[in-house]
Amino acid sequence: MAYLEGTNLVAAYGVVPILHECSVKVEKGELAVIVGPNGAGKSTVMRVLLGMLEATSGSVTLDGNDISMLSTQERISLGLAFVPQNKNVFPSMTVEENLEMGAFLRTDDIKKTMEEVYSLFPILYEKRRQLAEELSGGQRQQVAFGRAMMTQPSVMLLDEPTAGVSPIVMDEIFSNILDVRDAGMAVLMVEQNAQQALNIADKGYVLVSGRNEHTGTGHELINDPEVRKKFLGG
Amino acid sequence: MSSDSIDIINAFALLTNFVILPALSYGSQLALGALAVTLVYSVLRFSNFAQGDSMAFGTMIVILLTGFMINQGWTISGIPTALLVIPVAIIGTAIYLLSMDRLVYKFYRRVKAKSITIVMASIGVMFVTGGLVRFILGPRPQIFADGERFIFSVREFKAFTGLEQGIALKTSQFLTVTIAILLVAFVFYFLQKTKTGKAMRAYSDNKELALLSGIDPDKVVTVTWLLVASLTTIAGALYGLDKGFTPQQYHLLLLPIFASVIVGGIGSPLGAIAGAFLIAFSEVLLTYAYKKFLIYLLPLSMHPTSLVQLIGTEYKYAISFMILVIVLLIRPTGIFKGKVLVDE
Repeated sequence: MAYLEGTNLVAAYGVVPILHECSVKVEKGELAVIVGPNGAGKSTVMRVLLGMLEATSGSVTLDGNDISMLSTQERISLGLAFVPQNKNVFPSMTVEENLEMGAFLRTDDIKKTMEEVYSLFPILYEKRRQLAEELSGGQRQQVAFGRAMMTQPSVMLLDEPTAGVSPIVMDEIFSNILDVRDAGMAVLMVEQNAQQALNIADKGYVLVSGRNEHTGTGHELINDPEVRKKFLGG
Repeated sequence: MSSDSIDIINAFALLTNFVILPALSYGSQLALGALAVTLVYSVLRFSNFAQGDSMAFGTMIVILLTGFMINQGWTISGIPTALLVIPVAIIGTAIYLLSMDRLVYKFYRRVKAKSITIVMASIGVMFVTGGLVRFILGPRPQIFADGERFIFSVREFKAFTGLEQGIALKTSQFLTVTIAILLVAFVFYFLQKTKTGKAMRAYSDNKELALLSGIDPDKVVTVTWLLVASLTTIAGALYGLDKGFTPQQYHLLLLPIFASVIVGGIGSPLGAIAGAFLIAFSEVLLTYAYKKFLIYLLPLSMHPTSLVQLIGTEYKYAISFMILVIVLLIRPTGIFKGKVLVDE
């Protein structure tokens, strides 16, 4: 059994069905990427894994334990961390306060983790006294990423971490994600930039209309002619 | 008495006694109320129409406890008894506000009601609260100030300075400004420096991300009402010590308080305080009769014969309205660039 597993997830927003028996799993030290067209339910998978949206059926397990019935907060305290695509910082708080909030549940000394975040993103150390709303889009993504790291999670869920950032920043963020994976975290990421994401992914899921359309390692999917034609622009 | 020479010092003393000191203490009282409205708006996302009547409720407890203490002879000479009972009154108000939250607002939070819906609910709470106060205490005016009335009186001031025009510093004015400064300092320290205060700001900034950071929304809501209860009770008690108490007067305080919040910038605590003083000084400056002031400053030939009062005191609430309209037309975000009043 994989470290984090969502099995046969079915979910709907009101009466609009979004997910139809969709399954994803990710191991510790592994980067799994969910790609697919708009409206495929990519973000919804994350919301269900986090308990922000209740699944009609299916189960979510963490390290073999069923966490389907737990609240979002309980799942966070068990080691899940989430970086939403939008509104992923506290805009009227400083960079440092944003990071502190990430460590809200921790009772131990958070200085060391904060130093790790600052060494990963030196620009954040420079701007630690500035309000998050004053930062550029790329820097905000870094704050969001840093905030999630402050919880010292075992699983990191990222919803389009490179949305709206320049290609240079995108490369930086991807390299940060690989660092986190190499440190032993399980990373599950939803990405618009399918080609680049699958390039670095250990495992990929192509989601279409809430169903698993293709599954494989990143390279298998990139080299699959059907996936290339349909989702990667030839 | 009125010589034909220009007398700036006496003119300033006059203005201090009748404009600056009263406006400073009125402004401080409004500021505390406005800060409470701002906290509710920022954390709970609605404009609390029950603020004025909640202040009446808190003051009612202060009045009842003060009466009890005086009856028992448990007073300290020189100090208003009301001051001694405020901590207990805060607890009473907190219990009331938290009960209202559990009975009314919690439901609307759970169903994620639009903020305008919760505003309507708060109008209901306003009527219930005002009704309770009238039921328990009656609609008549209450005076509950005891102890020393003045820090220094007009007569003492005149004897000390030899000026023709005296300045009196009422105990209630002194207490109001002092306590307001301490309380505001505490609230800002709490919000900026403590973990719970930061969690409140985080929750106000981005509710979903606050949940994702493990912040407990119920705790944030409870702490907010505790702070609101403190601000509300103290603001109400200070206003009552200064100007006396009637339920109707407190109900009407809602207007200058809302005006302060909007003028300062909705959701900005600093703005609420700045707005409160702007409203207070406008009210007092525009309703003051300047005849005597001008007599001090102008040569005999130019002495005014009328009162030189811009607006009658009975229209003082219209001033809040006017400022409100002007601000909404010219700068809807307020002085400190708050949010505009729209339902997101």
